[in-house]
Amino acid sequence: MASRQQAGAAAPAGQRELLSAGDVARTIARIAHQIIEKTALDTGNDHVVLLGVPTRGAPLARRLGACIAEFSGVTVPTGVLDITLYRDDLRKQPNRPLEPSSLPAEGVDGALVVLVDDVLFSGRTVRSALDALRDQGRPRAVQLAVLVDRGHRELPIRADYVGKNVPTSRSEDVAVRLTETDGADSVLLRRQETPTAGRETR
Amino acid sequence: MNRAKETSNLSGGGMSGIGGPGERILLKDVRPYGEGEPVDVLVAGGVIAEIGSGLTADADEILHADGAVVLPGFVDLHTHLREPGREDAETVETGSAAAALGGYTAVFAMANTDPVADNAVIVEHVWRRGREVGLVDVHPVGAVTAGLRGSELAELGTMARSAAKVRVFSDDGRCVDDPLLMRRALEYTGAFGAVVAQHAEDPRLTVQAQAHEGANAARLGLAGWPAPAEESIVARDCMLAGHTGGRLHVCHVSTSGTAEFLRWWRSQDGATAVSAEVTPHHLLLTDDVLGNYDPVHKVNPPLRADADVHALRRALADGTLDCVATDHAPHAAQDKDCEWSAARPGMLGLQTALGVVLHTMLEPGLLDWRGVARVMSEHPARIAGLADQGRPVAEGEPANLVLVDPETRWTVRGAELASVSANTPFEGMELPGRVMATMLRGRITAHEGKIARAEGER
Amino acid sequence: MIRHLLSAESLDADTATGVLDTADALKQTLLGREVRKLPTLRGRTVVTMFYENSTRTRVSFEVAGKWMSADVINVSATGSSTSKGESLRDTALTLSAAGADCVIVRHPASGAAHRLAGWLDEAGTQVVNAGDGMHEHPTQALLDAATLRERLGELTGRRVAIVGDLLHSRVARSNVHLLRTLGAEVVLVAPPTLVPSGVQHWGAEVRHELDPVLAGVDAVMMLRVQAERMHGGFFPSAREYSIAYGMNETRLGLLPEHAVVLHPGPMLRGMEIAPDVADSPRAAVNEQVRNGVHVRMAVLYHLLAGEEVAA
Repeated sequence: MASRQQAGAAAPAGQRELLSAGDVARTIARIAHQIIEKTALDTGNDHVVLLGVPTRGAPLARRLGACIAEFSGVTVPTGVLDITLYRDDLRKQPNRPLEPSSLPAEGVDGALVVLVDDVLFSGRTVRSALDALRDQGRPRAVQLAVLVDRGHRELPIRADYVGKNVPTSRSEDVAVRLTETDGADSVLLRRQETPTAGRETR
Repeated sequence: MNRAKETSNLSGGGMSGIGGPGERILLKDVRPYGEGEPVDVLVAGGVIAEIGSGLTADADEILHADGAVVLPGFVDLHTHLREPGREDAETVETGSAAAALGGYTAVFAMANTDPVADNAVIVEHVWRRGREVGLVDVHPVGAVTAGLRGSELAELGTMARSAAKVRVFSDDGRCVDDPLLMRRALEYTGAFGAVVAQHAEDPRLTVQAQAHEGANAARLGLAGWPAPAEESIVARDCMLAGHTGGRLHVCHVSTSGTAEFLRWWRSQDGATAVSAEVTPHHLLLTDDVLGNYDPVHKVNPPLRADADVHALRRALADGTLDCVATDHAPHAAQDKDCEWSAARPGMLGLQTALGVVLHTMLEPGLLDWRGVARVMSEHPARIAGLADQGRPVAEGEPANLVLVDPETRWTVRGAELASVSANTPFEGMELPGRVMATMLRGRITAHEGKIARAEGER
Repeated sequence: MIRHLLSAESLDADTATGVLDTADALKQTLLGREVRKLPTLRGRTVVTMFYENSTRTRVSFEVAGKWMSADVINVSATGSSTSKGESLRDTALTLSAAGADCVIVRHPASGAAHRLAGWLDEAGTQVVNAGDGMHEHPTQALLDAATLRERLGELTGRRVAIVGDLLHSRVARSNVHLLRTLGAEVVLVAPPTLVPSGVQHWGAEVRHELDPVLAGVDAVMMLRVQAERMHGGFFPSAREYSIAYGMNETRLGLLPEHAVVLHPGPMLRGMEIAPDVADSPRAAVNEQVRNGVHVRMAVLYHLLAGEEVAA
């Protein structure tokens, strides 16, 4: 892993800052507003659950939940959905420690689940997440929120809420850094050492 | 081959039919017992005709030995040739070849064949096969008890009086654990001056035993073969031998306790003829090699601890143990390529014995070359009562000789050994000392790693 | 990344902790689920090859494999491994050629799993030791450790007594290694006839009296007394053994409040463990069985779900 980026620090050569710490906060706030609006949350019709996909989807989901509570006064249950056991590329990478899923006590049956992840790339992570979700219950509907959509989809998947669309080349790498996991917030575009087609970088 | 052809080493075209009772072979530049300046040895009529410097006698063959050490040919009191019964593991022919290549001129073939060598027919068969092959003197060992069952004596006298003239009896692989039967065997064999070679293992103490009882066996979960199972039988047998006046030979001593007991026993007044052997593998290997459960290391008695190995070396050096015997035990691949407990115990030994003895005894200075001759040739010949083996390298003595190149080291490869089987525990190990040539009654049987068969024989 | 799981001795603390953490995560993942099935090992073939009867271990591995969506095939090799019939090597090579990605083997010969791994390594088939003779039973030690971690937290500095037939027990050997690797102290309690010579190299204290040990331990592992040992002269009688080494209500009272009683099963009630102890909340016997599935899932995950090893 590359060394941590301090907020506001100039990106080293080969890196470009896509979102600053302030941008990240504003983007999350905007997505929160969109979720409130699109799910008609304040009408109280729907039971909305935010599920973050580890590693960085988990804190993102918590932050979204906090924003939503702040803006709408509605507390939205949040949880973590680990998809490692559902990946279709397990044999192509060293195995990784599992993070147990933690779902809200009320479960996901009948809920509108918003999956939250940092970067949308090939779409395989989301597909795995949908598989994992299916084993957890039967939501009424599933939506997807991502901080960055970098293109290069390999599956017919799109996000309902996108923080920032970034055209990238496959040889580049989008690195989302969050205070909870990396010490500071930022999104960097980096040149990749060895391009790995179709691998979500998380 | 009437004319002496000189080449850099052995002269004489082809490897077949080198030497013979009527031929004269001149060994140039050899060092008897590795001592002094090189001399020449002329062999004629199956005996050493002359020893001196610059011999130029008319010879059929001249072997330029370049200072190789010459010793009396080795005698192995403990060999398994597997014939009859397990010719897929070894035969008299392949075992004889391995022996000749290892520097041996006589081997004792253990009785645990199938059928068991517990009668005159089988021992004569083995003896005759040995003669036909003609590479070493093959002396069959007769079983002590019928069928190795340990319940009644085999026809020891008949075997002794047979053409094979059996003088060593053993149930090797099994212990004659019944003390009364052992007593009778020791007494009865006294009539024809034979020796009873005991595989000392109290079977009640080694039920399902798989490895030396100690730290390694405990860690590996292998049932222990405790040292007292050997030591208690050795002590008992010595006392029975002392009481009866019989001759006891203790096979493959493996523990420091046995060595210690024998040292004490043999220091006692009136202690009768008790002799003992140690195998090359017990002089070198410990149970530390068992970790991968490869049954190539499975042997009975088992490989023991470091302290035992060193005690055995000291005991061989000080004469407590008389000789080295290989316990050459070939096993077919399927009997070793299995789980540990299902594998047969035993290791190849004939072609590696000299190297191991040089490595463990000569190189550390525990024995000199005379000592090597003693433990590999003179003592075993004396124990078995062989008049023409283990004799001095001297004029008029039988030309049963081995030439050892002490400088060359070689790497053991099981697949390259002459045995049918390849179960050597020394695979990949580099050993000192190469057998340059072996000579049986004036005829070269092995030379430069190749077998030299007598003319007119296979 | 481990290639085979042959012994607890070969596990370092990081690997062992990794497996235990995974087991814990899997347990949380499956908690309260109706569909206890993960697609992780879809398309992988796992063969259990049991040369000894052991319903509990075989079923535990089978459930573990199936919950991970592996195809699990049970081969019960009847009779012993000895000269009769096909050799262990040929059986293993056949299964490997037929497409087994992993062979889980239970065998009466110590070292059988090591031998299998040697034969199958080239083919890329992975081996899990499900108990080899008197040698090791690494997944039992892992599930015991998982159970102890649940009850006691981290094992560093904890003191665990292992009581019973240490000589013949593969469970004891595996537990001694793993507990020590995880930082626990081990005290072994058995009559001298059931203590292997060479035990002084195990890094554990050896005691012959149970009672004085109990007050100072955080857990007691009772080993099963096998029927054949009872007649092997290792101790005078089942009654005497039970009196000296059985875990009963009185001895339970000598243990600290928090201490756990473990038994690998199957239990001989009334022999090494009294029925009321076995059923008491202090005993973790059922948790052990439950954790067994998760630990074995974790082992399969670590062996089979990782990066493909270039064959």
